[in-house]
This record gives sequence, C-alpha cells and structure tokens, in this order.
Amino acid sequence: MSKRVLLRGNEATAEGAIAAGCRFFFGYPITPQNKIPEYMAQHLPEVGGVYLQAESELAAINMVYGAAAAGARVMTSSSSPGISLMQEGLSYIVGAEVPCVVVNMVRGGPGLGNIGPAQSDYWLATRGAGHGDGRCLTYAPYSVQELYDWVGKAFEIAERYRAPVMILADAILAQMMEPCRLRPRAEPPPLDKPWTIGGDSSTRHRNIINSLYVDHDEMEEVNRRIQARYQQAMRDDLYYVESGADDPEILVVAYGISARVCETAVERANQAGVRCRLLRPISLFPFPSARLAEWAAQVRRILVVELSMGQFVEDVRLAVEGRCPVELLNRTGGNVVTPEDVTTKLLDMAAERPGRNE
Amino acid sequence: MSETTHIQLDNLQVIYKKPDALTDTPMRYCPGCTHGIAHRLVAEVIDELGIKHRTITIASVGCSVYAYEYFDTDAIQAAHGRAPAVATGIKRVRPDNIVFTYQGDGDLAAIGLAEVLHAASRAENITVIFINNAVFGMTQGQMAPTTLLGQKTTTTPTGRSVERGGHPINICEMMTCIPGVAYLARETMAAPKYVNRAKRSIKRAFEAQIRGLGFSLVELVSSCPTWWGLRPLEALKHIEEKMLPQYPLKVFVDKVSGAGEGGEGNA
Repeated sequence: MSKRVLLRGNEATAEGAIAAGCRFFFGYPITPQNKIPEYMAQHLPEVGGVYLQAESELAAINMVYGAAAAGARVMTSSSSPGISLMQEGLSYIVGAEVPCVVVNMVRGGPGLGNIGPAQSDYWLATRGAGHGDGRCLTYAPYSVQELYDWVGKAFEIAERYRAPVMILADAILAQMMEPCRLRPRAEPPPLDKPWTIGGDSSTRHRNIINSLYVDHDEMEEVNRRIQARYQQAMRDDLYYVESGADDPEILVVAYGISARVCETAVERANQAGVRCRLLRPISLFPFPSARLAEWAAQVRRILVVELSMGQFVEDVRLAVEGRCPVELLNRTGGNVVTPEDVTTKLLDMAAERPGRNE
Repeated sequence: MSETTHIQLDNLQVIYKKPDALTDTPMRYCPGCTHGIAHRLVAEVIDELGIKHRTITIASVGCSVYAYEYFDTDAIQAAHGRAPAVATGIKRVRPDNIVFTYQGDGDLAAIGLAEVLHAASRAENITVIFINNAVFGMTQGQMAPTTLLGQKTTTTPTGRSVERGGHPINICEMMTCIPGVAYLARETMAAPKYVNRAKRSIKRAFEAQIRGLGFSLVELVSSCPTWWGLRPLEALKHIEEKMLPQYPLKVFVDKVSGAGEGGEGNA
C-alpha cells in the first residue's frame, strides 16, 4: 500500500532515493538543497545507511566515486556552484564507468549568483561531466511527485549504463510542498558485481577501477563504448510528455518548472482559440530531437520557454534544423516566467502572420 | 682462465622473493628512485598480515599513478589529491576491506591537503602512504609544498625562497594534533638501516586500520635523482644530509602499541 503525504521537493528527492535502495549519501551544504542532506542525515541511519558530510563538493563527489566503485547505490546533491566543483569528479566517474546519481537544485548564476530558481545549468548538466567527451544522462522532473519517482529511476538508468545520472531541478521544485505518493522502501541491491572492488577477491580476478588510458587507441575505444551507451539511452531511456491540441499551430517546448508554467498558458491559449501543444522533455540528454523534428515539419512556429539566456533553445534549434521559426521567451537571474507572460506571447505569435509557409 | 662453477640446483632454497602482493608488471620508475622500495615494503606488510584479498589500493596522480598495476589487489585510481575522499567512500561501503592510498607530496600536500586532513579528522579508518621527495616528479620537477628552501626545481630555477615560494610544509608535525590519527610516523629508505624501521611503521599503520583504531599515515622521505639532478647514491646522501634535518624521522602518534594484543612499544 502506498501512502500520500505532503512533502517538500527536497524531502521527496531524498525519500525517493532511500525508497529506491540508496544507502549512501555524501554531500556538502548549499542553498536551496539543504533539506536533502538534512533528510538523509536523519533517515539514512534508520535503514542502516551512511550519511557523511564532506569537507567540500570536491571531496563529496570523490566519496561518491569510491562508494560507486565499491558497488553501492550512492547519491550526492548540490546546487549550481557546488555542481561546478563536482565536474572534476564527474569526469573521473564517466571515465571509470561507475554509476551514481547527482541532484542539482539549480540557483541563479553566474558566480555566487543568488538562491532563486533558475535553469541556467542546462549546459553544465547536459554537456558537462567535466573535461573530456563524457556527459551526464540528465532528467528533469517538474513536480514533487516526479522528483520522488525520477530519483529512483535515475539509479536504474545509472546502473544500466554504468554512468552518472543528473536530476536537474531548481529552487522552486526543491522547496515547494505538494502531495506525494510514497512506495515502501526497497532493499538495496547486492554490492558485488563483476566489476566492483571490495569484498573477497580471492575467488575472482582482481578488479581495477580506472580512467587512465595512455594508449590513444584504447582511450578512443573507451570513448566509443561510452558514446554507444548514450546512443542506447537515446533509444531506451528517452522520455517526454505532450499535452494540448492534437493539431497545433504552435508547439511550446519547455522542461521542469518552466513546463509547469507553460501547461497553464497552453490551456489558456487553447481556450482563446489558439491551437497550442506542449512538448515537455523529461530526459534532456538524451534529447527528444526526432520528436521535435516531426513537430517542426507540422507546426507554424515553436516557442521555447526557459529560465536561462538561451541554452535549452539551442538543442531545440539543432533538432528543428530550420524547418520552422523558433522563438525564445525567457527570464533569468532567479526570475520566473508567468503563465500570463507565456499566454500573451502565444496570442501575439498567433496574431503575427509570418511563419512557416507564409 | 676462469673455472666453471657447478651449482647443485636441487639444493637451492628460495630465501628472498617478490612479495605476493606485487604483480609481475615491470615498474616504470627511474633508476635510483625509492618508489620501488616503498612498494615492496607495503607489499611485504600486506603479505605478512595476510590481507591481500581484502586490500584495496588507491593510486593517485603522480609517478605512482600506476600503483594499481603493481599491487596485486583490487584497486582504483583517484584524481589528484582526492585519494583520501575516494578511500572514505570505499571504506564506508566496505568496512571489512583494508583501504590504503599511495600519494606523493604534490598530490597530498598541495592539491589534496584538505582531503587528507579531513579524513584524519573524521578518524577515517584508512591508511595513507605518503611519498615525500620534495618535488613534482611526473610533471618534470616543479616545486612542491615540501620543496626545501634553496632547492632548485624547474619552477624555482634559482632555488626556493620564502618570498616567492613560501615555506616547506611538514605534514606529520601538522597532523600530530588531530585526535582522529591513530598512527603517524615519518620514515625513509635512504640507507639499509632505515628500511626495517620504515617497514615496521608501515605495518603498524595497517594494524591500526585492521584494529579499527582510526586514521594512519606513514610519510616516507624519498628520492628523486632525476629531478634533483643527482646520481642515485648522491640522492640517498641528499636525503640524509638535507632532507632529514627538515623532515626528522619520528613516530609522532602510536595508538597501536598498548592498544591490546600485539603492542610492542614505540619504535
């Protein structure tokens, strides 16, 4: 039996991880995600897990690397400046091919920025896993329930590809309260896998977790293997949700909290007689490029809404490849686009005649 | 004309061999470098304690980056300076395994200072083998935090000065006041007389971990003939004459002796 409780996004994220069998958490305080480590510190010991407060985000992500290599379901969480510091460790985690989950409750930037909601770590999340050719498989929930659900799915995806998975949300999703349906807490999977270190190595070949390949061909081969996993994720772990008119003249594309705002705006625009549809990617990498290309061939225009200065829109434009005009409506620095902003923009776009085939 | 000596092969006995905890991989270290001795001492200790199949080696960044190829144990390679954090993650997941890091002075005393100090503060039950040769070896001889005043390196071409390069860092002295430290010693392999006591300290450090007493670290004052610009024997002499006055050999903390069975008093 599942129970329904009122939770903050941060708490739902932490509980979702515990419910998914995560028993190890290494983190460092930073607003607006502090309720995640606090929740872990309180509740992980109940299930025999370990919460450890690291001396920095650099240390935290390297503790995650060690724990993942030892076979644990392990997570860390942070917010933008802390995620910058974790890039080094993420690169090693990609190169050494170990699974983990990293939560980024994005805040305003650059620099120390502020603690308001933002989506300005889109590139950092979807392009970044530090230096090299690696990336983070990135998933963007848009409600407290989705935070709870997706952090659990993230562990499965991470382990399927032996790669880091990032849950990308923001200061609003982190701190707002919503009803959340909880599952019973699952037991963690066994530590020992064919590639893990630790336990008793007398009955098997010794294992080495490593990202050093001085032979250029070997390094290239590793990169091709990693990229092949991303291709597989593109087929098997691509997620997006659509809502609104079935025969839209305008397609709205947004993720996370922006999509939450756009849902209302799309509904209102449809009521006002402007046929709109919302495409909300949950997986940001892999990105639903093929689906966007299909819509781009059918709609008059596309509107991208994001809380950053035109990061997400680049992926949309790459997918659309000029098939139709792509417009951007955005706020940044901790500011949020309102349903009125988006509705007005949609009505204006519908009123403007120029567009595809016109 | 020399006489031919016939050896009775049947009567030969192995009295000295490669430790089981070392692989057959040829080491890539320069002639006269003491990394090889340090590796051997650690491997002998692993053999003697019978812990090879539950030991995890953590290689760091520097000349010893390939430690995972030399130690015949489970192993992981860590980013520059982060080995104690990686060790923490492993040990918390696998408390029954014996986890040690092998780090140079650039790795531990420069970029990784925070990680090693905080691992010690947490009384993290791990062992650190700290190779101090007062220079960044792998990157071709730049100044390290442990470089001696006046020592010429590729980034202190006229010798390290306080004005431009600051003072050498004495890691052991700095860590002495950390309550989480169970065993802390500085040793060297500069002459045979030092080697046995170096091994004794390494063994004590691993015993501290086996008994769950907390953090242990052995600093090994080591040579780098290549980047010191000295012949191997001169380099060993340099350790005794120049390095040891700055880095005196000492057992700084020993909670192993007297902590139950097996204690043998201070070295």
